[in-house]
Amino acid sequence: MNAARLAGRLAFALLLLAIILFALFPFYHALVTSFRSGSELFIPGLFPAALDPRNYALVFTQQNFGRTVLNSVLVAVAVVGFSMLLAVAAAYALGRVRFRGRGALMLTILGVSMFPQVAVLSGMFELIRALGLYDTLPGLMLANLVLTLPFTVWVLTTFMRELPKELEEAAYVDGAPPLTVVRRVFLPLLWPAMVPTALLAFIVSWNEFLFAFTFTLSAETRTVPVAIALLSGGSRQELPWGLVMAASVIVTLPIVALVLTFQRKIVSGLTAGAVKG
Amino acid sequence: MTRHDDALGLARIRIRAAWMFLAPTLIVLAAVAGWPLLRTIWFSFTDAELGNLSGYRFIGFANYLERYEGEWLGLLADPAWWGAVRRTIWFALVSVSLEAVLGMIVALALNARFPLRGLVRAAILIPWAIPTIVSARMWAWMLNDQFGVINHALLALGLIDAPVAWLADPDLALWAVVIVDVWKTTPFVALLILAALQMLPGDCYEAARVDGIHPVRVFFRVTLPLIRPALVVALIFRALDALRVFDLVYVLTSGSAGTMSMSVYARQQLVDFQDVGYGSAASTLLFLVIALLTLSVVVLGRLRLDGEAGR
Repeated sequence: MNAARLAGRLAFALLLLAIILFALFPFYHALVTSFRSGSELFIPGLFPAALDPRNYALVFTQQNFGRTVLNSVLVAVAVVGFSMLLAVAAAYALGRVRFRGRGALMLTILGVSMFPQVAVLSGMFELIRALGLYDTLPGLMLANLVLTLPFTVWVLTTFMRELPKELEEAAYVDGAPPLTVVRRVFLPLLWPAMVPTALLAFIVSWNEFLFAFTFTLSAETRTVPVAIALLSGGSRQELPWGLVMAASVIVTLPIVALVLTFQRKIVSGLTAGAVKG
Repeated sequence: MTRHDDALGLARIRIRAAWMFLAPTLIVLAAVAGWPLLRTIWFSFTDAELGNLSGYRFIGFANYLERYEGEWLGLLADPAWWGAVRRTIWFALVSVSLEAVLGMIVALALNARFPLRGLVRAAILIPWAIPTIVSARMWAWMLNDQFGVINHALLALGLIDAPVAWLADPDLALWAVVIVDVWKTTPFVALLILAALQMLPGDCYEAARVDGIHPVRVFFRVTLPLIRPALVVALIFRALDALRVFDLVYVLTSGSAGTMSMSVYARQQLVDFQDVGYGSAASTLLFLVIALLTLSVVVLGRLRLDGEAGR
């Protein structure tokens, strides 16, 4: 009996080890690769021989990566800010007020979050060109709203609904207008839901590739995913893997840090919304 | 005025306010989602080209299917399109099934009590947090035929005799896409299942344990039926995501070597071949497939959208 229990424990420990290895090894491998250059890259090894930061310097000097990161940050911050502003107002209406057509609206908004990006690609291209936003960052900010707005509205509405019913009654009886009620009563209570929702929206915008790849052209408007997808060295034969991995590590570390900091809230946000992977 | 009138007036004010609060969101969604979608559908009935989006002719269903000089032409007669459809569906089925099984195993493991559980849970979030493009690049390097760590490991273990061209071999490339997708999204599925597991009542497990019922039996008779709703929701979201796959395929294999998905096909027609009409037709069909699936899920699953949120 005891031996069986020990074997069970051992098997469980091995399972956990396998899970951790499977989850972490690719990123660890990218990290190790990012510190290698030249022929070192082609010698297999699980540990870095020396911490050679050359690739990290090259990414910024040769690839103008600073500009790229700035572009991604600008787009993501604008998209998140605008989405949250609109979503808080919409979530109040959808979560706290009973009116006809509410269910249909929720269904429509959920439907939009299921849109394949490609389905709006040609229409969006025309719109962005008509507005003179082709190959500009505002064009990407506009396009990315289609990805972030539906699920921010959805998650915040779900959260709003759970708040106690009596909450705004007192304020209304005192004659406060709805805008004041939202600002004074709901906004302070919404923070716990807004932080993970904003973070998820930030990640969605940060990772967005298809729009950025289609609606921009010049190196000055490139975002991080496009830059990494297009990164290639002098030779067409073999990619500069060390450089690619250094760029990958740079753009991934802040996201990983954010996710780990807010992991509990993200998990609850994901399970409440369950809209976006 | 009576109290009743007061309440009615208040309700009216609130409903009017609700529509005002909703208006900006609805306007933005109409502009960035509704309008472009309608234009895409409209373009699919025209011969528009990317370089000149205003000079086009209405050509009916010719982009979809057309009889020309005794031959069937158009999307529905294009074997490349049907190949993309077949591959995308195969990819969605295989990757989502694997994610369900692995996600369940990971969730069950994380549901047990053990030291450092929080740390392990944090660790599995990392693949999910990494941008898809970065994941694709990381795995492309690991799967590299000459210098990739995976071929090195398999050669060293004696499992293969010669390096395998994971990303160039048409039979393997789609499996490579599946592997990376499973790696990236299993955490999402696992966390959703874990959340459902943690809400299960403890007493029926206690009863099963006292009665000496085998844990595997308990899992299939008690756990699985109880968490089925959460599992189904998670898998539906994943399946819809998998059907529109683009980034991963495009960066991992450049959409070549027999991995082209429906989204990659549509974008290639639209942008690379500048054929907005034909590409829009492909986009419209993909949209229809996903819309029909979503609708049938909503109807069949009776996700209640008013009152209780669909959780």
